[in-house]
Amino acid sequence: MLKYVQRRLALAVPTVILTSMVVFLMLFLIPGDPASIYIGEQTATPERLAQIRHVMGLDRPLYVQYGDFVWHALHGDLGRSLQTNRPVTVEIGSRFPSTLELAATAMAIAGVLGFGLGLLSALRRSSIVDTLSMMVALFGVSVPVFWLALLLIMLFSVRLGWLPATSESGLRGLVLPAVSLALLSAATLARLMRSSMLEVLRLDFLTTARAKGLRGAVVVLRHALPNAIIPVITAMGLQFGSLLSGAVLTETIFARPGLGKLVVDSIQNKDLPTVQGVILVLALVYVAMNLLVDLSYAFIDPRIRFE
Amino acid sequence: MSVLQASEPVRPPRSLWRDALHRLFQNKGAAAGGIVFLLIVGAAVAAPRLTPHDPIRLNVSESLDPPGARHWLGTDQFGRDILTRIIYGARVSTAMGFVAVTISVAGGSVLGLLSGYYRGTVDMTIMRLVDVMLAFPGILLALVIIAVLGPNLSSAMIAVGVSGMPVFIRVVRSAVLSVREFQYVEAARVAGCGDLRIIFRHVLPNVLSPVIVLVTLGIPGAIIYGAALSFLGLGIRPPTPDWGAMLSDGRAFMGTAWWLSTFPGLAIVVMVMAINLFGDGLRDALDPRLKL
Repeated sequence: MLKYVQRRLALAVPTVILTSMVVFLMLFLIPGDPASIYIGEQTATPERLAQIRHVMGLDRPLYVQYGDFVWHALHGDLGRSLQTNRPVTVEIGSRFPSTLELAATAMAIAGVLGFGLGLLSALRRSSIVDTLSMMVALFGVSVPVFWLALLLIMLFSVRLGWLPATSESGLRGLVLPAVSLALLSAATLARLMRSSMLEVLRLDFLTTARAKGLRGAVVVLRHALPNAIIPVITAMGLQFGSLLSGAVLTETIFARPGLGKLVVDSIQNKDLPTVQGVILVLALVYVAMNLLVDLSYAFIDPRIRFE
Repeated sequence: MSVLQASEPVRPPRSLWRDALHRLFQNKGAAAGGIVFLLIVGAAVAAPRLTPHDPIRLNVSESLDPPGARHWLGTDQFGRDILTRIIYGARVSTAMGFVAVTISVAGGSVLGLLSGYYRGTVDMTIMRLVDVMLAFPGILLALVIIAVLGPNLSSAMIAVGVSGMPVFIRVVRSAVLSVREFQYVEAARVAGCGDLRIIFRHVLPNVLSPVIVLVTLGIPGAIIYGAALSFLGLGIRPPTPDWGAMLSDGRAFMGTAWWLSTFPGLAIVVMVMAINLFGDGLRDALDPRLKL
């Protein structure tokens, strides 16, 4: 088990390093002089630009600059926002809880809905329940989150006046953004859960379980479910990433002050340090999440541990 | 009487592709999806013949007209006919879907072929690249690319295309890993074929079927991401009609003019569902083992 954990951790290290390189190189990939990009809309004489380049260390070799970027990032320094002049880490820190709250709530909704619908469909295969569940799932994977969010606002905020349309602290403000964000993931999980369960249900050991007289519920819950759930759990890890990035749209629509809205606003305002900071943080959270998922199914499936 | 005469008439042999096509046409959902998609593409191509209205010209006297006989789906805040803009908007969405997926499939297939065929250092380098791309989930990689290239339609297409590449690389690579061990590849090598000839002439045709399925399943995703970028103001620029941008414009009028956001969104859903149904059918047709 320890060996498996070590191997997975070792595999995550190059990904983290390469991800930080990509984020670092964004400044140099944007056409134009990095110093002028860094000062944003302000104008400066060539002498002043050369001075900025020197102060920022842009005249040093690229690998030295990268080392510097990583060193500062490890010490919690991702530069200053060009818009607010506050440290990027402070900007991120103030908005991260809101995004996490949204993504976690959406994940919970998606998990319950996805597992439920998928399981029901698989157990009642080819019935009306199966057809209806899969139609809901097809709608779920086809409907854009931003349109669903607008429809929910029109119905529940504008027409019925039950829930707020824009950001409001507490549970009431979280319902519409979380539900609209969750639907796509719920639909994906439902489809996957159904096909995984159907695959497992026809395996020999389940025929054996039934043949030795076990009750249907025991066969499903004790024998089929733990085997069917592994690909679904993997997908949940990936879905959490989609939820984090989906928050970009949901937060923009509901004007929630989260990381998603921050990154879109920063791209529009050409605030590169903030864009770099937010993208780095979201990517690292996603890598960490996938690592956790990989480690978690080593607990669920002993075969993975002993590979 | 011989055994052959006694048995039932044998079905004439069909190639893999003809067999798949036969199964595809028998799938009602896939056929319906294909027809709806073709109708939308046809409407986009024939847009000027289908509608008397101009998608861009302002007509303030008719602004925010609700759906009715003159404007079936109503007008926007500038008096432009919504249905007309949806029909013209299909051009952008279709182009976005196809161009982005072409980028994904071209880049992804080449890298997947190289990775699976050469293995070793080439494979490891490409796979680490994939890991890094996958570290930016969903729309995030597209945002990185747009932050670099600047927000406009071609950046959006490149961004969505590059974001879709990792899945193609992985699928093609794993297919190549098994195909490269087959004897006909060995035979080609013994016959003196070069690597490039083996890769493109012998390996590529045999890994095409999962790629085709991925293409049909990738187009809807590309359309949604493209619309999402326009919605965020990072894609196509006004006044060109685009479904995502139309949805975004309608947000300000949700309380008074529901049709502004509702119909463009519905257009996206219909288009995406149609291609999804067709793609699901194609997957089942090409690989019936996957049908559960």
